[in-house]
Amino acid sequence: MKVHVNGESADIKSGSTVAGLLDHLRIGRDRVAVEVGLEIVPKAKYDSHTLSDGDKIEIVHFVGGG
Amino acid sequence: MSSQQDRLVIAGREFNSRLMVGTGKYASFQQMVQALEVSGAEIITVAVRRVNISDRNKESLLDHIDLKKYTLLPNTAGCYTADDAVRTCRLAREAGLSDFVKLEVLGDEKTLFPDNEELLKAARILVAEGFTVLPYCSDDVTVCRKLEDLGCAAVMPLGAPIGSGLGIRNPYNIRIILENINVPVIVDAGVGCASDAAIAMELGCHGVLMNTAIAGAQDPIAMAEAMKLAVIAGRLSYNAGRIPRKLYANASSPIEGLLA
Repeated sequence: MKVHVNGESADIKSGSTVAGLLDHLRIGRDRVAVEVGLEIVPKAKYDSHTLSDGDKIEIVHFVGGG
Repeated sequence: MSSQQDRLVIAGREFNSRLMVGTGKYASFQQMVQALEVSGAEIITVAVRRVNISDRNKESLLDHIDLKKYTLLPNTAGCYTADDAVRTCRLAREAGLSDFVKLEVLGDEKTLFPDNEELLKAARILVAEGFTVLPYCSDDVTVCRKLEDLGCAAVMPLGAPIGSGLGIRNPYNIRIILENINVPVIVDAGVGCASDAAIAMELGCHGVLMNTAIAGAQDPIAMAEAMKLAVIAGRLSYNAGRIPRKLYANASSPIEGLLA
């Protein structure tokens, strides 16, 4: 199925979870925040939150700033 | 009072350093780490941005920051609406597991001055959601009072536009804020060199926040040290109580015993 991650489209297996997506993208789960369709997914739910076709996902982290 | 006993207290948390620094614009992570270390800062600002998913080999900021040593203050830089700022703060809390946020809601790209209406709207929501809100704001006591009344943990009026290095252009407005606001007042933005930081502290500000003045200096490490010393010196000078300004001279040596 197709999802949109940080503005880019990505093909992932149907039934993938947030945890699965992060593993697929080689992103550690500790220091990021994930939003699916404008709703934050808490870290405790990464393993249980299943993604759907067409989901808009944002994965953010901290960068240098003032 | 020695600088050791004179701590900055924000939302019940004590800090030894009154200098807060940003983590942006450094030539390298190594330079940033060294500047942070030399500055003695305990609170450092960070921005919230998308992870680069196409290039996973890029280093991550937090790989270089000792989270036992620093309190992260995520900002909402680049947000022009209350909704965007609130969304960014929620993401920051999830990523960093801390309630501290530097709330900025900007009015326009040229001045980066705050949009007071949106700022107040965002502050109200964030305080209700349990955030410790440190708002970057105008040098306007009315806005500062409203932010304090909403429950912000500090107010952070600008001394001059962000990144301008113009110094503290508004000492009287800052003093009026200091005399009327009971939460810490931290000058955020405008500092260009060490004397600017000292001036902010001598006015009685509780702290100073800066990024470009250090990161953009020709030698950021040396400037970080200069800023550390200026903030300490300015605070000591404020606590010591300066002499009144007089128009005419007042000799330091006695008249008595002068050679005839």
